[in-house]
Amino acid sequence: MASSQEHTVKAFDQDIGQLRGLISQMGGLAEAAIGNAMLALQRGDHELAAQVRADDKKIDAIQHEVERAVVRIIALRAPMANDLREVVAALKIATVVERIGDYAKNIAKRVPQIDSEYRIDPISTLPAMARMAADMVRDVLDAFAARDPDAAIAICERDDALDDFYDSIFRTLVTYMVENPKTISQCAHLLFVAKHLERIGDHATNVAEMIHFAAHGTPIADRERAEPTFSPRS
Amino acid sequence: MSNNPPKMTASHVDVYYGANHAIRDVSIDVCQEDVTAFIGPSGCGKSTFLRSLNRMNDTIPGARVSGDIRLDGDDIYAREMDVVQLRARVGMVFQKPNPFPKSIYENVAYGPKIHGLAQSKAELDRIVERSLSRAGLWNEVKDRLSDSGTALSGGQQQRLCIARAIAVDPEVILMDEPCSALDPVATARIEELIHDLRGRYAIVIVTHNMQQAARVSQRTAFFHLGQLIEYGDTSDIFTNPRQERTKDYITGRYG
Repeated sequence: MASSQEHTVKAFDQDIGQLRGLISQMGGLAEAAIGNAMLALQRGDHELAAQVRADDKKIDAIQHEVERAVVRIIALRAPMANDLREVVAALKIATVVERIGDYAKNIAKRVPQIDSEYRIDPISTLPAMARMAADMVRDVLDAFAARDPDAAIAICERDDALDDFYDSIFRTLVTYMVENPKTISQCAHLLFVAKHLERIGDHATNVAEMIHFAAHGTPIADRERAEPTFSPRS
Repeated sequence: MSNNPPKMTASHVDVYYGANHAIRDVSIDVCQEDVTAFIGPSGCGKSTFLRSLNRMNDTIPGARVSGDIRLDGDDIYAREMDVVQLRARVGMVFQKPNPFPKSIYENVAYGPKIHGLAQSKAELDRIVERSLSRAGLWNEVKDRLSDSGTALSGGQQQRLCIARAIAVDPEVILMDEPCSALDPVATARIEELIHDLRGRYAIVIVTHNMQQAARVSQRTAFFHLGQLIEYGDTSDIFTNPRQERTKDYITGRYG
């Protein structure tokens, strides 16, 4: 997709540049939202949690801006070939990143509900899982910015590790619940948090697939994808 | 690629205008019931190649064609090929509408008359009506068939020229930028007409309008500096071309 030269109509390059800028901006906000939601969860910080929920509106606003920009480019520039694929990929990536922001918001929403006197040590592995998910989001959007499909595919492979995290946390939380029923409500929330993080990884993988499509015009070829066997993941 | 059988087959075609080597080793199949678009920058040879498909280049002094072009397997440059007959089978529509300075009726009836396609006045009337109907012009002109063809609007004149081309029952229709002198509404009508005619003839259209090529054709050939760079399904050429030069051209990065 890395193009040999600029468009004869320079304004077209500016339009595409602006679109890419918006996606990067969204990605940065989504990555921060994941980090802050987890921090709020760890600290029981209601204020920060409220902030994450408020900030999600910014991500939504940029998504709408991306939609407008894409419709405008298609209408005015009639993009073709790799240009067309890139514009379509940008539109889909914006939708996915908006979903990632929603998951972060959802984690933040649980913060006040998790607060109880039986507050369990919010499992040491959950923040690590969150960091891994946030890194995937950051790296996949860097790959989009760099138009680097190989880097994007490499990110897909990390999704398996994230899935393993989820399985392990699932088992730990079930053990907690069995041992002490008073933690059930709290553990149920944490289970959702882990599930959201796992979904964020799936969405990052989707973004990687779109980067590949934009570059090559084909889906990722029979990638070794760990088929969901019988596991709590599904 | 399209599954339709080839109607015309060109193999290793070179065209020269004197010392100018305008087409270099082009091989391509034009298929039945398909619209094939030729695209490429000015001077790339697409019109030259189009014209070699019905030997219109014969009329240009110094023009020379080598290689092999066949219509239903028959060599169109063979000595025994009747060029008048060839041009009836492979009709042509030009960039600028060029009706004869005669009545609308005569414009369409002329070809069938000289080719002896009608045995009676009634039969000729039927051919004229059918051709004008297929060209989407009948309802607009049926009450003034004796008016001059040149009195029609540009878009109507172009449809008259298409009616004239199909009146002799051709098998292939070559169109050389048929819409470049027309407004968007007349252009849309011609494109709709191309769509309607598609099942009946093999159509080849040269166009500078990329969107038009994408809209009307099933296959697209990209020419550059006299060479055929890429030929494939239109949907592939415009979404995922294989060649860097095709990509640069259709995305507006050429030159």
